[in-house]
Amino acid sequence: MGERLIELKEVKKSYGNVFAVGGVNMHVDGGEVVGLLGDNGAGKSTLIKILSGVVRPTSGEILVRGQTVHGWNAGKSRDAGIETVFQDRALAVQQTIVRNIFMGREITTAFGLLDVAKQRSEAERLMREIGFTSKVFSPDSIVGQLSGGERQGVAIARAIYNKADLIILDEPTTALSLTETEKVFRFVRNVRESGRSILFIGHNIHHVFDIAERFVVLDRGRVALEITKAEVGSAERLIGFMEHVAHPTGANPLDQAQNEAAR
Amino acid sequence: MTDTPTPDNRSIERSWAHRFVLANRASLGTMAVFVLMMILFFIGNPAVFSDYRIYYSVLTTLPVAIFVVVPMVFLVTVGEIDLSFPAVMALGAWVFALCAQSGIDPFISLFAGVAVAVLTGAAIGFIVVYGGLSSLVATLGLSFLIRGGILIATGGKSIAMLSLKDTVAYQVLSGTIYGFPVQMIWAALFVVASVLLYNRHKFGARVHCVGDNPDSAEQMGIDTKKVRVYTFVFMGFGAGLAGIFSTMINFTWWPTTGDSYLLPTLAAVFVGGTPTWGGIGTVIGGTIGAVIVSFIQVGIVSAGLDGFYVQFFNGLIIILSLIGHRWNQIRYR
Repeated sequence: MGERLIELKEVKKSYGNVFAVGGVNMHVDGGEVVGLLGDNGAGKSTLIKILSGVVRPTSGEILVRGQTVHGWNAGKSRDAGIETVFQDRALAVQQTIVRNIFMGREITTAFGLLDVAKQRSEAERLMREIGFTSKVFSPDSIVGQLSGGERQGVAIARAIYNKADLIILDEPTTALSLTETEKVFRFVRNVRESGRSILFIGHNIHHVFDIAERFVVLDRGRVALEITKAEVGSAERLIGFMEHVAHPTGANPLDQAQNEAAR
Repeated sequence: MTDTPTPDNRSIERSWAHRFVLANRASLGTMAVFVLMMILFFIGNPAVFSDYRIYYSVLTTLPVAIFVVVPMVFLVTVGEIDLSFPAVMALGAWVFALCAQSGIDPFISLFAGVAVAVLTGAAIGFIVVYGGLSSLVATLGLSFLIRGGILIATGGKSIAMLSLKDTVAYQVLSGTIYGFPVQMIWAALFVVASVLLYNRHKFGARVHCVGDNPDSAEQMGIDTKKVRVYTFVFMGFGAGLAGIFSTMINFTWWPTTGDSYLLPTLAAVFVGGTPTWGGIGTVIGGTIGAVIVSFIQVGIVSAGLDGFYVQFFNGLIIILSLIGHRWNQIRYR
């Protein structure tokens, strides 16, 4: 495991007197895949927006590689090597893959003319890196012709272009079929193998369980559980923990797990 | 977002020619309309259409249309429209006429006229974009405002510019070379530069992205407002040139300069294959659209039909082209 990439200390975000995030402590280390889980309204999306700098926390501390960053915003988040793939993917579907990857940061030669050859070869390299290649499309294909999973591939390829150290994937498999989900997983595994960290947000616990090594469960704006894959063992047990978090009746499966670990 | 079924036509293993046709389907379709129309005209009156003079008369006025159609393609691509460009044509040409009339060198007068048109374009863009207004309604209002201002200031009087004919500037900008109208060369250069700007320049790439999905463009760090204002500035630049060239061709500036260009220009853009929804378009197609619209008028009269048929055939060509493009284009969401 690498260095501590980013750390949140007692981060809070309130809208009026409602706390969307009420004092979260969490961290992501270099090269690890963290799954962020939680029900609707648990504060997942607010937390992502804080990490990507779109939303400013009301209070709390954000540390990048151990250093506190003041005046956290989208620019500083990017400078810290954090790239976010939002749920809507932010793609221009009538444009080519190349144009989408370089949207807002085109490679140019003199007078602002596009370096078409270089953009194409860079796009090819990025697509190869995440295993997003096919015989049926090229970097010049129109994004609208691609399937949902492939569109996710374009968004991920775009995210890794900036030498990002941490990729935040916000519900990348929502509304995708099984085969499309498998495609997205292939991209994500390739990103992980390149040594980048990933924060994977998902509704489907099975999906998150497959891909992540450590899980952070949010509940009503707080971290209710933080556990590694080794500790939890199976997706079913993770679901059990989450149900206990939501409806704390009966024995805490977490205690049982810790007892087993102690034995 | 749901999965889209894999269409069979996605394969990239196609011949070069096939890919070229697919990439330029809109402008090629427009070209086909033009060729078909010319064949019909030729059959209608072979004598007139094998004479160069009819082409000369079209090529003389065509540049004026091209200077406004091409920037309009940019505007429609970015998701806006401008109905005030005829008034900006008159304003830019007015400044040009006033300067030239007072003895200033025509080249400097041209520069002054274009500069005023560019500044007006910037002001229009600023009002529409930063005012958060609908460009359709706002530019309609601004059109009346600018035109009204010109009418008040001039009392509706025109400016005759017959002395222009003997100047070097006229020969360079609007004369003839080997019987060919020089302004057509300037218009051709304008089209080539615009194609580069549209397809191979950072600005063009951003115009496409902003028109396609403004929210995404914003998220990816593009200043979408700035891109939209610059597109209006480009429209002002084209309108200024168009107004001045139209004044030079007629040797007269009228307070109504540009008025007759509004509807034919919009028709040319859409006949050319640029769809109304933004994000995509074609400069070459728009240029061919301008050629089509310019030829309809001359062609119908020359083909021996009554002048009353002009509007009817104008409408017919526009509707048939739109149906053709709709069938030819797929809208991705």
